[in-house]
Amino acid sequence: MSAYDLAVVGGGPAGVAGALTAAQAGLRVALLDAAPRLGGQYFRRLPETFHATREAALHHGLDRFLRQSRALRSLADVLLEHRVWAVERHGGLGDFVVHAVAGDREERPVTVRASALLIATGAHDRPLPFPGWDLPGVLTAGGAQALLKGNLVVAGRRVVVAGTGPFPLPVAAGLARAGARVVEVLEANGPLGLARHPALAASKLGEAAGYALALARHRVPYRARQAVVAAHGDGELTHVTVGRLDRDWRVVATRTVECDTLAVGYGFVPQVELAVQAGCAMGHDLDGSPVVSVDAAQRTSVAGVYAAGEPTGVGGAELAEVEGRIAGHAAAADLRSAVHLAAEPPGTAVHRPAEPPGTPAHWAAGPAGLAVPEPLLRRRARLRAFAQALHRAYPVRPGWRDWLTPATLVCRCEEVPYEAVREAMDLGATDARSVKLLARPGMGWCQGRMCGYAVACLAGELPQAPRRPIAQPITLGSLERMTDDPS
Amino acid sequence: MADVIVIGAGAVGAACAYYAARAGLDVTVVDRGPVAGGTTGAGEGNVLVSDKEPGPELDLALLSNRLWRELAEVADFEYEPKGGLVVAETPEVLARLEELAGKQGVEHTRVTDLRDYEPHLAPGLAGGVHYPQDAQVQPMLAAARLLKAARERYGSLRLRTGVTVTGVLTSSGRVTGVRTTEGDILGGAVVNAAGTWGGEIARMAGVELPILPRRGFILVTEPLREPLVRHKVYTAAYVTNVASDSAGLETSAVVEGTPAGTVLIGASRERVGFDRTVSLPVLRRLAAQAVALFPALRDVRAIRAYCGFRPYCPDHLPVIGEDPRLPGLHHACGHEGAGIGLAPATGHLLAQVLSGERPDLDLTPFDPGRFS
Amino acid sequence: MNDLAGARPEQPFDILVDGRAVPVLPGQTIGAALHAAGIRAWRTTRFGGRPRGLFCGIGVCFDCLVSVNGAPEQRACLLQARPGDEVRT
Ligand SMILES: Cc1cc2nc3c(=O)[nH]c(=O)nc-3n(C[C@H](O)[C@H](O)[C@H](O)COP(=O)(O)OP(=O)(O)OC[C@H]3O[C@@H](n4cnc5c(N)ncnc54)[C@H](O)[C@@H]3O)c2cc1C
Ligand SMILES: Cc1cc2nc3c(=O)[nH]c(=O)nc-3n(C[C@H](O)[C@H](O)[C@H](O)COP(=O)(O)OP(=O)(O)OC[C@H]3O[C@@H](n4cnc5c(N)ncnc54)[C@H](O)[C@@H]3O)c2cc1C
Ligand code: FES
Repeated sequence: MSAYDLAVVGGGPAGVAGALTAAQAGLRVALLDAAPRLGGQYFRRLPETFHATREAALHHGLDRFLRQSRALRSLADVLLEHRVWAVERHGGLGDFVVHAVAGDREERPVTVRASALLIATGAHDRPLPFPGWDLPGVLTAGGAQALLKGNLVVAGRRVVVAGTGPFPLPVAAGLARAGARVVEVLEANGPLGLARHPALAASKLGEAAGYALALARHRVPYRARQAVVAAHGDGELTHVTVGRLDRDWRVVATRTVECDTLAVGYGFVPQVELAVQAGCAMGHDLDGSPVVSVDAAQRTSVAGVYAAGEPTGVGGAELAEVEGRIAGHAAAADLRSAVHLAAEPPGTAVHRPAEPPGTPAHWAAGPAGLAVPEPLLRRRARLRAFAQALHRAYPVRPGWRDWLTPATLVCRCEEVPYEAVREAMDLGATDARSVKLLARPGMGWCQGRMCGYAVACLAGELPQAPRRPIAQPITLGSLERMTDDPS
Repeated sequence: MADVIVIGAGAVGAACAYYAARAGLDVTVVDRGPVAGGTTGAGEGNVLVSDKEPGPELDLALLSNRLWRELAEVADFEYEPKGGLVVAETPEVLARLEELAGKQGVEHTRVTDLRDYEPHLAPGLAGGVHYPQDAQVQPMLAAARLLKAARERYGSLRLRTGVTVTGVLTSSGRVTGVRTTEGDILGGAVVNAAGTWGGEIARMAGVELPILPRRGFILVTEPLREPLVRHKVYTAAYVTNVASDSAGLETSAVVEGTPAGTVLIGASRERVGFDRTVSLPVLRRLAAQAVALFPALRDVRAIRAYCGFRPYCPDHLPVIGEDPRLPGLHHACGHEGAGIGLAPATGHLLAQVLSGERPDLDLTPFDPGRFS
Repeated sequence: MNDLAGARPEQPFDILVDGRAVPVLPGQTIGAALHAAGIRAWRTTRFGGRPRGLFCGIGVCFDCLVSVNGAPEQRACLLQARPGDEVRT
């Protein structure tokens, strides 16, 4: 028998909401997160030793999240500093093993067994390569945000914020409020891509207006159709080349801007490797990202595995929370009906929704769909429509390829320049995998997390769902000592 | 119309194409995927003589070893003559290793102080045998660059990726070409270099080849700053596992460093069809065996694992030569765990057959008709 | 900037980075402390000797690797600094 009914991987808005909902419904829940504190990316918290009295100034909706976290800690086992490197489906239905390494210095292998699994592993930044993007002083937008929210460190003194989508705005506003001189904010797509959209929720508008106000107060110019197309400096960033772009992001004119820091982000990449390990059917989001396919109740194609938050498609913290709650309701209802069915007299076959390979629509209206409160489903629909509108308004356009020179590194870890990628294609590579086999982009430390999107684009395909049997580095010593028995 | 159609752009197909083009034949290579996207993309690239029992496979390996050295002058594929070290846990095993080495008749040195060769090896091992001829290539680059070199030097080679062969064309009992997803391609001879899928191609032509997938996992570590492992190092058990017919899981420690700084850890063998599901018990065993051999690996992190499917033949010998049952159909497949190492010799000998020469080695042991 | 969140961090301590003292506010990661101290490039890459520091800030890119008290290749952006830590780049 499993030690837990539900194991949740990820302690961001999605994971915490999912775990709490399931625990409140009576399930025995364990939540694992790699970080030392709950919160995920959006609610990345300051260490307690900062004794922050106004931490909420750094996050919208923090109080609510804190209430959820407190409630969760009293109802479930919260395992922090647990990096999950593999999930395994044992035998038949409802027997999952989560393998983690615990501890930030002395690592030790830990195993958690559960009847169901919720994957709420969030996303990471999606950078695009350009000359100089590996110079120290160039950070991802999320990285700059994490420094501020988690350490109260301002990423730099003179900062350029660049990329596309809504995320650069809070990053720039946060930096400006924290005392950085934000020289400019550059949006590679057109202005007002979004304002015209009917799905624009009023609350979101309010949030965006807040950032706009903050930027105006600090006299930060916001420039559309511009991007940093090269970064320069001798060992550290000293200035950037800003390109004025056409619709496709090809450079039509350039100028130089001095800065010591660049925060840059072109969207996010959902972290889906655990779902791939579990065998879940995958699809593609509008922005090209591989995502976990889920039905109306956040069920994946594998019975007993649920996904919520960014892994099902990038949509931000609010949508993540709603999805997490829906998954929590569904897991509770599904497990209850499984127990109920199993309790029927012998001879009665226990039927579960089959595992259809195709689209989520196939297995949409299982019984648990009914167990999810209608208002939650409506909110999810609205927030998803909003997320899709954002993807449409802020796509990555193909012209970024023209920013590359033959020597521009595409893969930072293995130091693979653009010309090596082109040579691989000339040698007969026809997709990202074969480019990787021939030229090594994605073979290094980060396992393609940073370059995967770019390499796929350069190879002329959508990024494929990453197959990473080892989702987090693990010492061979821990691997050797891993067991299947729960600790 | 081509003189030769090669099905498969893995190491073996590339070598066949290279030598055929060099012999002046007009060659078309087709692959349903990219270059080196099959088992070649999962191979470690060892070019071994050390693990071969005396006999036809060792002869093939020795020829291949020499040809790889020659080819390294033609193209850059990270050829590294780093040598192999087979280690024995006990004096009895060491005695058997030495006996094997004597029978093989290849250059070797008996090693009593293993640490002279590999300073990080665990203490307490009885000794080993060092084979200086064992080498390593980057197999994907080798396949791709050989094809390119053939194209550039001999000009009579066409590479068609993304083209799946769906049938073999025949006319009056002779092969005349292949049917593909991109239309028919006509040719005087067809070379089945489809590796683990060689049996499928054979079946399309109406003949049987008993090639089965034998799955293997590899663990890859983080890149190390200082090389920890200098040679290809493996335990004596590897030789027995390679030669075993068991369908069940067998593992033995095979450890080596790469130019990229990572350490590759194998080897597992099991016959489970084309199942890609990762087996954590296998990964654990590979880790444990590697740590037992090199205790310093205990604190080194694994960052990647992958599997591939070796093209396994029941008698562990590849299939090389013209099919007596269907003139014009040639096979170059079924090399199991040695297809990278054996690729050049396979290509060279087959090119001799294709151009009507007497092959340098007797091909009878590899005869495609031997199973019927 | 502490005003922003109403923070009252505890007494800073020093860690040694290649022998040089770098101040840390208790709770900060090694990477954040280095960055805050103006040390933004520490590792060099294997092949090109290129300088690297923080990039993703959340443990995904592995650019920020340092050795801490002899343990190699630690992600500085994840590892919370402790008094007495000796960091080598
Ligand atoms: C660096 C960064 C900063 C961001 N900052 C903001 C912001 O300021 N404002 C904003 O609106 N949006 C921000 N976002 C967008 C963010 O994706 C969403 O706002 C939101 O946090 C998504 O919630 P989630 O629950 O889906 O995932 P997350 O909040 O990302 O939570 C996922 C959690 O899973 C854990 N996890 C992942 N993989 C594993 C594993 N293998 N083992 C153990 N634990 C694991 C992570 O540690 C993390 O805590 C940021 C994104 C990134 C990448
Ligand atoms: C884990 C592991 C480690 C190994 N290590 C070593 C090693 O160190 N040294 C060594 O020598 N060997 C090693 N091997 C074995 C070696 O990888 C194989 O023997 C070798 O790659 C076989 O090469 P190939 O060209 O015959 O087959 P492949 O590389 O598989 O090429 C066959 C090609 O045929 C194509 N194809 C198949 N069907 C069709 C069709 N219908 N139409 C068109 N194209 C088709 C495929 O797409 C494929 O590209 C290892 C194998 C594994 C799994
Ligand atoms: S900055 Fe990316 S892993 Fe530390």
